[in-house]
Amino acid sequence: MRYLPHTENDRRQMLAAIGVPSVDALFADVPEAARLKDVVAGLSNTMTELEVEREMAAMAGKNRPAGSMASFVGCGAYRHHVPASVDYIIQRGEFLTSYTPYQPEIAQGTLQYLFEFQTQVALLTGMEVANASMYDAATACVEAVMMANRVTRRGKAILSGALHPHYRETVETHGRFSGFAVDALAPSPEGLKGLAEKIDATTSCVVVQYPNVFGRLEDFSALAAACQKAGALLICAVPEIVSMGAVTPPGEMGADIVVGEGQSIGNGLNFGGPYVGLFAAKEKYVRQMPGRLCGETVDAEGRRGWVLTLSTREQHIRREKATSNICTNSGLCALAFTVHLSLLGERGLKELAALNHAHAALLAEKLGKVKGVSLMTDAFFNEFAIRLPKDAAGVVDALVDKGVLAGVPGGRLWPGNADMANVLIVAATETNTTADMDRFAAALAEVI
Amino acid sequence: MDKSQGRTGVSGGEAALAPVVTKSGHRALDQNEPLIFEQGVPGRIGVDVAPAPKVASKLGAFARKAEVGLPCLSEPQVVRHFTRLSQKNYGIDSGLFPLGSCTMKHNPRLNEKMARLPGFADIHPLQPVKTVQGALELIDRLAHWLKALTGMPAVAMSPAAGAHGELCGMVAIWSAIAAKGETATRKRVLVPESAHGTNPATAALLGFHVDPIPAAADGRVDLAAFEKKLGPDVAAIMLTNPNTCGLFERDIRKIADLIHKAGGYFYCDGANYNAIAGRVRPADLGVDAMHINLHKTFSTPHGGGGPGSGPVVLSDLLAPYAPLPYVVHGKDGFRLVETKEGDAKPFGRLKAFNGQMGMFVRALAYMLSHGADGIRQASEDAVLNANYVQARLKDVMTPAFGGTCMHEALFDDTFLEGTGVSTLDFAKAMIDEGYHPMTMYFPLVVHGAMLVEPTESESKESLDTFIDTLRHLAGETKKPGAADFFHAAPRLAPRRRLDETRAARAPVLRWKPPAATKQAAE
Repeated sequence: MRYLPHTENDRRQMLAAIGVPSVDALFADVPEAARLKDVVAGLSNTMTELEVEREMAAMAGKNRPAGSMASFVGCGAYRHHVPASVDYIIQRGEFLTSYTPYQPEIAQGTLQYLFEFQTQVALLTGMEVANASMYDAATACVEAVMMANRVTRRGKAILSGALHPHYRETVETHGRFSGFAVDALAPSPEGLKGLAEKIDATTSCVVVQYPNVFGRLEDFSALAAACQKAGALLICAVPEIVSMGAVTPPGEMGADIVVGEGQSIGNGLNFGGPYVGLFAAKEKYVRQMPGRLCGETVDAEGRRGWVLTLSTREQHIRREKATSNICTNSGLCALAFTVHLSLLGERGLKELAALNHAHAALLAEKLGKVKGVSLMTDAFFNEFAIRLPKDAAGVVDALVDKGVLAGVPGGRLWPGNADMANVLIVAATETNTTADMDRFAAALAEVI
Repeated sequence: MDKSQGRTGVSGGEAALAPVVTKSGHRALDQNEPLIFEQGVPGRIGVDVAPAPKVASKLGAFARKAEVGLPCLSEPQVVRHFTRLSQKNYGIDSGLFPLGSCTMKHNPRLNEKMARLPGFADIHPLQPVKTVQGALELIDRLAHWLKALTGMPAVAMSPAAGAHGELCGMVAIWSAIAAKGETATRKRVLVPESAHGTNPATAALLGFHVDPIPAAADGRVDLAAFEKKLGPDVAAIMLTNPNTCGLFERDIRKIADLIHKAGGYFYCDGANYNAIAGRVRPADLGVDAMHINLHKTFSTPHGGGGPGSGPVVLSDLLAPYAPLPYVVHGKDGFRLVETKEGDAKPFGRLKAFNGQMGMFVRALAYMLSHGADGIRQASEDAVLNANYVQARLKDVMTPAFGGTCMHEALFDDTFLEGTGVSTLDFAKAMIDEGYHPMTMYFPLVVHGAMLVEPTESESKESLDTFIDTLRHLAGETKKPGAADFFHAAPRLAPRRRLDETRAARAPVLRWKPPAATKQAAE
């Protein structure tokens, strides 16, 4: 077997050095009844590389990649073009096969890019500090709520009706077992409506999304001020981080914590994971933050270097008193993010964001002209919602046969909600061509 | 003082190791690389973006006015920057990486190639299910392997990492307790003192009171102490097996039976499952829930700290509470269940979308490559290698416990007594010798712990060289002046020891433009 170096002769010599007759003797502490005498049944045995490739390619071949169709699916995962050099860098063995940088003398590569990543995330969101990543936006959202509970010593989160349902469900799940209250508003493109009225003395935070799940941009400055007045924190979730190249960052509107999904920069769709959760906050809350933090210092010769720092917040030091149980995060996805954003730079990010916005605006014009379709979103970045004259799930299904992935139907995100059934959420990125858009509009007209 | 003793092969002693001053600040392959923010010229670009079509803006009042503050570089500059950074990193590809508990085994590149097939990498999590049948088949097939290997009836696939898997398993237990109306009474979770920090952190997240169980003299759970702690208020035990001392818990069946008799559940931390995969099925040990770190046992890359993946196998009692979403197979092919249906009582959703698909592809590619026979052989070789290291070092270093070990060998710092050399110093000296240090000061139950996990990826020659190096270093600690020598290590790494106290006292967590830094200092 190609991954196992030992020959039978090696094994014999090693057993002799250990002083045991067979490898079975090394498993002597396993209760007799639990020792498998033979190879586990019902599974295949070793395969050559070529055989594995055939098996995997057969399964991959049963999927229809977004790139093989005109694809307009978004809602927290976006199909962007990732430059070839990003994938080259993240596959360098020194990055790919390294561990969490606990030994900083031989992990400066990882630590320096994490420091750059933290800086990039802080700049994009308009916040003071950011951590070294979380699993994804939904888990980052939960961590933000729990952090707000610690900071305010309160236990009720109010969630916008325009928060991504997966983020909402993840927060609700944690609320149930961790014992904090969650008040989630009914789905609505007007995501700020009704939130301020809900704030009371027990509220630890209000969670909004920007752009919201319907793609709509909403100014939450007044809400942030209301939160501050009531001693609650304003948490803003950003599902599409490329938007930060075109819109006012949430930090400028008074957010206390900004979480986000970083997949859009450097990372592919991958059917939903692995992604990279972004987490940024005001500096005064840094000691309540979850996850790894990389900080600057000097070595014994006075040279600048980086280390993981403020570890006394973390589980491996603080155990049951840690701010979170997170250990592994999304290191390599964060590297992909850092490399891609470094390639883009100020100019590239703005151009990319402008192109995304222009494509979405163009698509909205084209779809808006289809009879029976009404636009639900006024101000948006690269995603918007339309209302169809019939159930959107059926329309999406029918459009697949015409080579179009039309977006996310309301029924997929809010099953059983009749009001959302006819809603279709549509995203456009730089990867869509004008021909894709025309094809979508024409096919939609045929199907409805 | 002559500090050069024992440094055979280095002519000129300490002088030859003194820092070489270069004009550029570079040291041959070790380039002095500034931050990306300290490079670049406005207007440069590393990605060519097509011009945007002319269309009326829909940004309304939200158009960004302020600069983001990102540097502008071309592609060759960015590639060089990150290549230089990579050269300051140690990975499994660079050398033996004996980091106990972390399982730094070879990461096959075939896995990477498979994960990049467009049929897996370029599918959206919310595409219509009929367009992703192959992806759901892959998840189902991986689940089948995990269930067959562990003997467990169910598996939750969505957890994003080991600690996330722990959370999933413990929430399933919490849900089962809630279903019996016992949440108010069953508040205590028993956790051995040797456990990973994630165990108590996870239990605390669920509002459980963490009650530590001491270790017995043989490095295993103190059965008598454990029995005394049992009672109607105990929700679960969280036990790692093989444990963090690298030992198999001999009494595991008894522990499982006792916790079950007390009405509690057995959560097994599967971080060390790589020692027994294919040889022991956790189901036969009485486990109710166990997470599997795909990035340990099944070779998906650690990536400098993630992404991981932590599927959780569940017993029949806990299976109904498995989180959403999950895959089922029916007459119309595979389906993704995203809401409660049938008799299932899902406890909710743990993250967005459908789990760490990219890691699933890699893990399955590894499983298919090895096969059930190869997985068994890999576990055996991992245990063989650890025992070989222990056997050949036991006369110069001090094994923490007697007898053979499983996949990792644990030493304490008795052999360093009186030398003035600490576990940390000893480990840092390994860096100069070209090795990544072993896990240090963990588990907490052993003084000055050094946990060595060679994994099955190492050849006998590689182990022999490693062992000879450690034997040499152990000998060096006994010589006069050893404390100074070891305390100054590492000398040859891209950085000497870093000042962690300074980093924590006044944290600098991001780059700021020089003007901003200056203002802040005033």
